Amino acid sequence: MKGETLDVKREQARSVCGGVVLLSAAFFLSISQAFAQTTLSPPQDVRVIDTPSDGGGSLTVLWSPAPDESAVTKYQVLLSDGATVSDPASMKVVAEFPTNQRYVRESKWPWWTRPGDSGMHQFTLKNGKGVELKNGNAYSITVAAVLNGDRVIATPVQATPEPNWVNWNQMNNLLLALLFGGIVFYAISTARKREIFLRRIPGLDAVDEAIGRATELGKPILYMTGAHDMSDPSTIAAAVILGRVAKRTAAYETDLLVPHREPITMAVCQEITKQAYLEAGKPDLYKEDSNFFITSDQFSYTAAVDGIMLRKKPAANFYMGHYFAEALLLTETGASTGAIQIAGTDADHQLPFFVTTCDYTLIGEELYAASAYLSREPVQVGTLRGQDIGKALILGVIGVGTILATLGVMFDAQWPKLFLDFFRDVK
Amino acid sequence: MIFLRRQVPLLITLITGLVFAGQYYVPHPASEQMLTSVTKWLQIIGGFALVLGVSSLFHVHAVKIRRKEAGWGYSFVLYIGMLGTIAVGLWANGKEAVDGTMTAFGWVYNFMMVPLQSTMFAILAFFIASAAYRSFRARSREAAVLLIAAVIVMMGRVPLGEYLIPLSGDLSQWILNVLNASVRRAILIGVSLGTVALSIKIIFGMERSYLGGGKE
Repeated sequence: MKGETLDVKREQARSVCGGVVLLSAAFFLSISQAFAQTTLSPPQDVRVIDTPSDGGGSLTVLWSPAPDESAVTKYQVLLSDGATVSDPASMKVVAEFPTNQRYVRESKWPWWTRPGDSGMHQFTLKNGKGVELKNGNAYSITVAAVLNGDRVIATPVQATPEPNWVNWNQMNNLLLALLFGGIVFYAISTARKREIFLRRIPGLDAVDEAIGRATELGKPILYMTGAHDMSDPSTIAAAVILGRVAKRTAAYETDLLVPHREPITMAVCQEITKQAYLEAGKPDLYKEDSNFFITSDQFSYTAAVDGIMLRKKPAANFYMGHYFAEALLLTETGASTGAIQIAGTDADHQLPFFVTTCDYTLIGEELYAASAYLSREPVQVGTLRGQDIGKALILGVIGVGTILATLGVMFDAQWPKLFLDFFRDVK
Repeated sequence: MIFLRRQVPLLITLITGLVFAGQYYVPHPASEQMLTSVTKWLQIIGGFALVLGVSSLFHVHAVKIRRKEAGWGYSFVLYIGMLGTIAVGLWANGKEAVDGTMTAFGWVYNFMMVPLQSTMFAILAFFIASAAYRSFRARSREAAVLLIAAVIVMMGRVPLGEYLIPLSGDLSQWILNVLNASVRRAILIGVSLGTVALSIKIIFGMERSYLGGGKE
């Protein structure tokens, strides 16, 4: 009997404890809810501006951060057509995100175009995904704070999207381009006054050797201008080098074959080759068919050129310009025929293939330097010096940035970040 | 004549070069519209230029067939292929399929062109192997470095390699992310500066050889 009485008492005590726990939980929950409700306040200092430096159809809303922002509380961006809103609660929700996100400092704006303090919130509304903003039309926009189903809305603000004429975000780019242009012009004027040293580029020194070899063997020279059209600088560089090569082939009376993937490039290269033969004093040796079109299709072109290599066995193959997957298919076939091969490309993905299969490779900028190296004209050489000064500047900034970043980590200092942010924005 | 051949093209290059360099900094729809229009002009000019290309192709191969040069049979095949494709293309109104049924033009594309292109692309694997074999022979110090780096990266990129040499995974990532990436960026910086310098030379008429070379 005693045992049964004890069990009953224990059961009663358990149920009482359970009740107390439940009551306490309910009490704390209600308190926390009440506390949360009291702290939920509408977003402050809401501003809406036409997004700066854009093509229109976009508005940016900015507001001050709340003191207790977290991933639990959310912000909603509300949009409505027209300059007036009778009921802000009826406005369309176009975005919702936690309150600890979307700060101005996280945006892509550089410091000189930031529309607010870096600690403020920002959201940019653009056309698409249920939003349609027309230039010249007024819109009402506001921000609401949301917690546990409760929502407090700030007073709506009116704004009108407009297109802008200047993209101030890109001014760093323009300034750097102007600075580099100035350096190039200065270097050209210097090159006109005194001789500038050019380091040896073995790939270009080998041009004469390759043409001479072809002449001795009585075989043609194959020259390719790459996969891109004349709007690409690498193709223009390839066409310029073709002029120099054609002049030598004319002087040595060697056959030149230039298969093309693009008709406009073919027409331009025909003119360049014709002029080169004229300048070499051998206009009668010029053949209209030396530049010929094959196809624009990548692998059809490759198959055709491989066929030419295997049938005509050129003594020298030149691969200048930009290439894709066809690079190795061409150079490996060329290597199998025993031709001397010189490549020059700015396609960094194809460089390993050219380096492994060609006798000489002009890497990246050397392609652009070829014209200066072969002609030795002061204007061309001066441009090269300008490029070198530009590279020295970039190298200096990289060096300074690396030292600053290292110092920042070593001494746990914040000041290097200011300079690093500056470099990042100006780059 | 010199004025038309030299001065006018240089003037057009200067004006369009500056206008379209400036266009990059103008986000206004009018500026975008101008770029779109000019891009369309380029496409139209490209369409006309194709006539030049095709006529060059016909001419070169016609000469080969007439003179019975080495490999003239291929030129003959080219003629048949090209004229045949043009004929079926016109017949099918340029459509590859009509009401879900493949046209002759579609058949030529899907069952001749695509397999031939795939075949050419597939050969790349064998060419990579042969090029790698030739290049990775440790004939010099540079080639030996290339060989060692290549072996580490190859081992680190396949599960079996990483299983056999556990360190190869991290090492290959380091080679790719640090050594390779830094060199690539250095090359790209040089290429970018070279591109800008060449553009400046062309816009301001300092580089004219693309117009037909030489100095007048």
